[in-house]
Formats: sequence, C-alpha cells, structure tokens
Amino acid sequence: MKISGAKIVVETLIEQGCDTLFGYPGGQVINLFDELYLNRDRIRHILTAHEQGAAHAADGYARATGRVGVVIATSGPGATNLVTGIATAYLDSVPMVAITGNVPCSLIGRDSFQEVDIVGVSMPVTKHNFIVKNIAELADTIREAFRIAKSGRPGPVLIDIPKDVQTALCEFTPCPEPVEAVPMKLASEHRLDKAAEMIAQAERPYIYFGGGVISGDASAEIIALAEKIDAPMGCSLMGLSAVPSDHPKFLGMQGMHGHYAASVAEDEADLVIALGARFSDRATGKKERFAKNFSIIHIDIDGAELNKNIPAQLTIRGDIKDAVRRLTERTAAKTHPDWNKRIAELRAEEAARTEHSHQAVREKDCDACAAPCDKTGIPAEQRLNHFTIVDAVSAAAPADAVIVTDVGQHQMWAAQRYPLKAPRTFLTSGGLGTMGYGLGAAIGANTATGKRAILFTGDGSFGMNLTELATAVTEQTDVTVIIMNNGVLGMVRQWQTLFFDKHYSNTTLNRKTDFVKVAEGFGAKAARAANLAELQAALDAANAQHGPFVIDCIMDCDEFVLPMLPPGGSIDDIITEIK
Amino acid sequence: MEKQYVIGVLVSNISGVLSRVSGMFTRRGFNIDSLTVGETENAGVSRITVAFHGDEDIKERILTQLEKLHDVREVEVLDKHETVVRELLLLKVRNTAETRQDIMAAVEIFRSKIVDYSTTALVCELTGETSKIDAFIDLMKTYGIMEMCRTGIVAIERGENCLKTAVK
Repeated sequence: MKISGAKIVVETLIEQGCDTLFGYPGGQVINLFDELYLNRDRIRHILTAHEQGAAHAADGYARATGRVGVVIATSGPGATNLVTGIATAYLDSVPMVAITGNVPCSLIGRDSFQEVDIVGVSMPVTKHNFIVKNIAELADTIREAFRIAKSGRPGPVLIDIPKDVQTALCEFTPCPEPVEAVPMKLASEHRLDKAAEMIAQAERPYIYFGGGVISGDASAEIIALAEKIDAPMGCSLMGLSAVPSDHPKFLGMQGMHGHYAASVAEDEADLVIALGARFSDRATGKKERFAKNFSIIHIDIDGAELNKNIPAQLTIRGDIKDAVRRLTERTAAKTHPDWNKRIAELRAEEAARTEHSHQAVREKDCDACAAPCDKTGIPAEQRLNHFTIVDAVSAAAPADAVIVTDVGQHQMWAAQRYPLKAPRTFLTSGGLGTMGYGLGAAIGANTATGKRAILFTGDGSFGMNLTELATAVTEQTDVTVIIMNNGVLGMVRQWQTLFFDKHYSNTTLNRKTDFVKVAEGFGAKAARAANLAELQAALDAANAQHGPFVIDCIMDCDEFVLPMLPPGGSIDDIITEIK
Repeated sequence: MEKQYVIGVLVSNISGVLSRVSGMFTRRGFNIDSLTVGETENAGVSRITVAFHGDEDIKERILTQLEKLHDVREVEVLDKHETVVRELLLLKVRNTAETRQDIMAAVEIFRSKIVDYSTTALVCELTGETSKIDAFIDLMKTYGIMEMCRTGIVAIERGENCLKTAVK
C-alpha cells in the first residue's frame, strides 16, 4: 500500500528506535506534524520555544543516553535556527538526526518564501547531510542518516525534505530492526605491541582521555589500564564523567582551566597515552611547548584526528574500548613509586592552593562592583561563592542527577569541582562553547533519562535561551537551574582583568532582570539565594517538587577561574593566583 | 618540505559532492592548485583530480579528511613518476600578418593545433604536462593573448594500477 512521505518519515523514525523527538512546526513541515499527531501514542514530540532549544534538547537526549537525538524544524528560519545546535553537536561528536522541511522541489532555487539552502548552510557542521527529492529514496535515506550518525565517531546528520516529497505517495517496506552502526575499525596488533613496549619502558606514564572514551563506552577499560600500569589520569573537558571524580588515579580535567596537578603531571610525564581525545588548543595551550617533555601514543577511532593537532610518536586507529582492552592485556603490571610520590606532592600542592583561593574568595569584601551582591552582614562561611555553590548543589543533588552547564566561568567551576560519578552525567558544550546550550540540553537529558537535571548557568548564558523555561514548565521537566549571577560576563571580564587593563567593554550587564520573577512568569518555581542557608533551602525545595526550579544565586563579579593557562601560553605561564 | 601533490579521488556521482570536497579544502585552510572533475566508466562514480602544494603533514591531513567524507569512495596520492599527467589549454592569440608565421612555428614545435582561424585571431589547442602548457603560454604572451582557459590537471597511473572503486 502506498503511504505519504510524511508517514514514511514517522514510520522510519519509529522503526529506528526514536521514542521522543524535539521540534517546532511550520508551513513546510505541517504534513510531518500531522503524522506526528496521528501517531502521538507511538512517538512523543516535545514542542520547544525555539528551534535552537530543540536542537540542544536532542543533543542533551543523545549525550545522556548514547542514542541518536532527533530534532525537526521547518524550512528557512526554522532550519537556520537549528544551525548553532547542530554545530554544537558536531564539535562534540554527538549523534543526532535533524529533519527540516523545505519548499516544494519546483520552488527550490527561486528564493521562495522561507526557502534557504540548509544543505549548503549545514555542510561544514554536519557529518553528512541529504536533500531528498525522490520519495522512493526517503526511507533508506533516513536509515542511512541514523547509520552515519552513530557509526565510528558519532555526529549530526541533516535531512532536508521538500514539501512535495512529504505529500507524495510511495510503497513503504518497514525494516524489522534499527540499522546497525558500521563495525568499528580495530587497532592493529603490531601497533598495540609497539604501544605495550613504549609503556613498558616508561617511568612516568600519564593517561589523557577525552570524550571518545564516553562515546566509545570505554570507562572500565581505561580504569583497568591506569591501575595495571600505575599511571595517573587526566582528561579534557569532554572526558569528564568517564571516570568517577574520586578515583584514586584521577587528577581531573587538564588544560586552560584544568587542575593544577593534572596539567603539571602531564608536563612531567615521559609518556602520554591519549585516548579518544583530540588535543584541542584549550587542552594543550601553545602547541610548540606542549609535548616538549614526553612521547605520545594516540589512540582514536577517527584517523583524521591522529597527528592533526599534536604529532604523536605512535598513532593507533581503532575502537577505543577494544584497543584499550587489548593493550591492557599485553601490558605487564607495573608500579612507579617515585612517580606516585611526585603525583602525591602535586595533589597536596593543588589542595593547598585551592584552600588558599577559597579562603581569599570567602574573605573578600565587596568593593564597588557591578554585581547585584551585597555581602555586608553575611558571615564569611555563609557567603555564596563558586566553591560554596558547587559544594552545596552537589551535596543536595540526587545521586543519579545529570549535570548540565552553559558556557563561561560557571562551566569551568562546575567542571573543576563537581564530583561526578558515572559516564554521561556531565553535559557541556566543549568544542563550540555555546552559551545558551544548557537549558535545552537539560530538558533533553531529563526527558531521556527521567533523572533530575541540574543546570549550572550564568546570568549571561541563561539570558540567551531562557525562553525554554516555557518548555520545561509544560513538560514538567525536573531541572534545577542554578544561576551563578554575578552581573557580568565573567569569563570575558576575567580576560579583560588579566590582559586588557580592566577595560570592561560590554561585559558589565547592569541589567535589572529579576530572574525569580521571570521564572515565575513562565510558570516555574523560583527562589533567590543571597547566602548559603537560602541556597540550601531552595535546593531542598527544588528536590521536593516536580518541574523546573530556578535558583538565582547572587555572587561577586570578581571571582576568577583558576588556575589558568593564558591563551596561547603554556604550563610555564600558569596563573594560580590573582592579586 | 613543500611540494606539489596530485591526488585522485573517486566520489559518488551525486549532486553536491563537488561542494563537499572543495568545501573541505576551504574550511580547513588548504589551498588548491587545480581541481578537475568528470565522469568515469562507472555511471555512479565521478573522478576528481586535485593538485595542491604542501608538506607531508598537510598531505596526510588532506587525505584523512577526504576519506571521512561520506561520498568519497577512494583517495590516493598519485606518484608523479608513475603517473600520466595532462592539462588541456585553449588559447586565443592575436593574429596579425607580422606575427602569423612565428605563431605557426611555435604551434608546430609545441605540437599544438590551431582549431579556429580568423583574420584577427587564432585559437590554439594544446595538451600536455603543466610545465609545457606554462611554457607555451609564456611564449604566446609575446604575440598578445586575447583570452585563454585551461582545464587543470587530470592524471592516471601508468600500467595495471587503478584507483579502486570499492564501495564504502
């Protein structure tokens, strides 16, 4: 029996295991939405307030589960509004399928109403994309899109479907199963042998891992390797949550705002084993200085990442889980007492520095600053700062909470300090650094897992896409929003303080926005916290209810993210204190 | 060390594929010396020949990035010594009584052909390696080039070796 293209889309999505998708209707997808209406008991569509929010929600859904996130938008502005969300997913290798409507084939290329060449626009930010002009190819194109999105290094795929293809009729043969990912390439025996030799000779091995360990489901394998060869581990921002934060071999995130011990340990290592990481400039600092003291073994599923940013002495292309397991098997157990002693020293040094910064922040009084805060009369131990906020939130959070961030200082503070327990519980825009990512992603993560999402955001980032509070209220999304409200665009301000003679150009927001009233206006619950007791009370209130809860945490505008490797600098230039 | 590489790329013959390939070069900051595309013996496959300058590192990055493109089926560096490389030139030169004989002689020596003749202009066709084409153009400048176009490099390996048409 012939069915419409719109129905083929919905049937194929269901066949591919899509239970929930995010989107926003419009003229060129009205047929698709009609099919979604008819099939609303088989597939759930979550209406967002803006297409960008829908794209971030599909991204959050995918990051929290490893499944392919699906987003749908109309032609023209609907499609272009997805672009930031798609680019965010692309830079962080998130499996996603984006479906856009377009004007009928006969109108394409004529600058028709709401026409845009979204295939052209999205080409550099998708793993691949399609425009389907022949309905006979529609079902297989969607299947292929899912296959591409989840094979190898995952990524977003866009399918543009002109309106006449949605309304045309065609035979449809369902597939019994979702398409399978293309089998991963496996690391060569010879190269793994060579890696084992290098590890055997190393006296100060260090494991540096990235997001590939999470998408490759290799957490247990890298922990086993670290324990067997007695190596400390550090990770990129994208690697966070792959290993429990309290694992004795784990030193935390390294790089521009990484943990002191992790960054220094890596520099003092004689061998760095890089697993599922791509040596982003934020992770390495100045390239020429970065690997001065150590050799590198680089293992990744994407051959194009090997030798791309930092040349390695040994490159191994292959599935990370399999490669690390086989590498561990052929590596003799070792201990490195001297190296461990040095690591312990670094940890102690870091702990002292952290305590010192905490002390300084706690006791710092307000000067005439831009923040809406007034610490007068608040005892030091009750003051809100990035230490007390992150600690209070983690203490109150359900054990299985999914942590989501926006982009800026709050993101780094959460990344540095929040104790993570399980993979896929820390969602953040690492590669693209998308302010406004968080709320959509939190909605997607909670929808996918049913677990409370905790969003760390700032007054800058939150302002970008807070309109998704409407979605969270409608869907009764369990998301606790922690606004670290310092009245400024803190990360840029930090750079202006350090490198631009305190010219605070356009970073002092000076806004009169009342986030509590804004949240209440959307129908969400909210509270303002000016001290620790108020924050703790608000967190308890948030946990005790369903739906979004916004906590506006008032803090000082001049807290810094430390340590910091200055842009273009290296470990030699590390800033650990600002006077 | 910088040198010129010539690569053969087999791609699915579908719309947009040229944008994807050329877009990869633009987006990642690689410069193209020449790029040609055309049909192959297999209707589903087109062949792109790209020439570019770069060092070993840039060459490797270009190859691995091209291999990642979904529509790219095969990529191979063509060894200059084992490859026939050709370009086609069409060049329109001013035809005057004073220069006609010299142009004719040059055409003869370069094994070029005159494919259009008028009292004021000659169109010459020349096939050959890039260096030969460059030399001919240099020579013709003396006589007044009115317009010209060249195809860019096409290249094919000598002997049995072929770019495989393995389907990804």
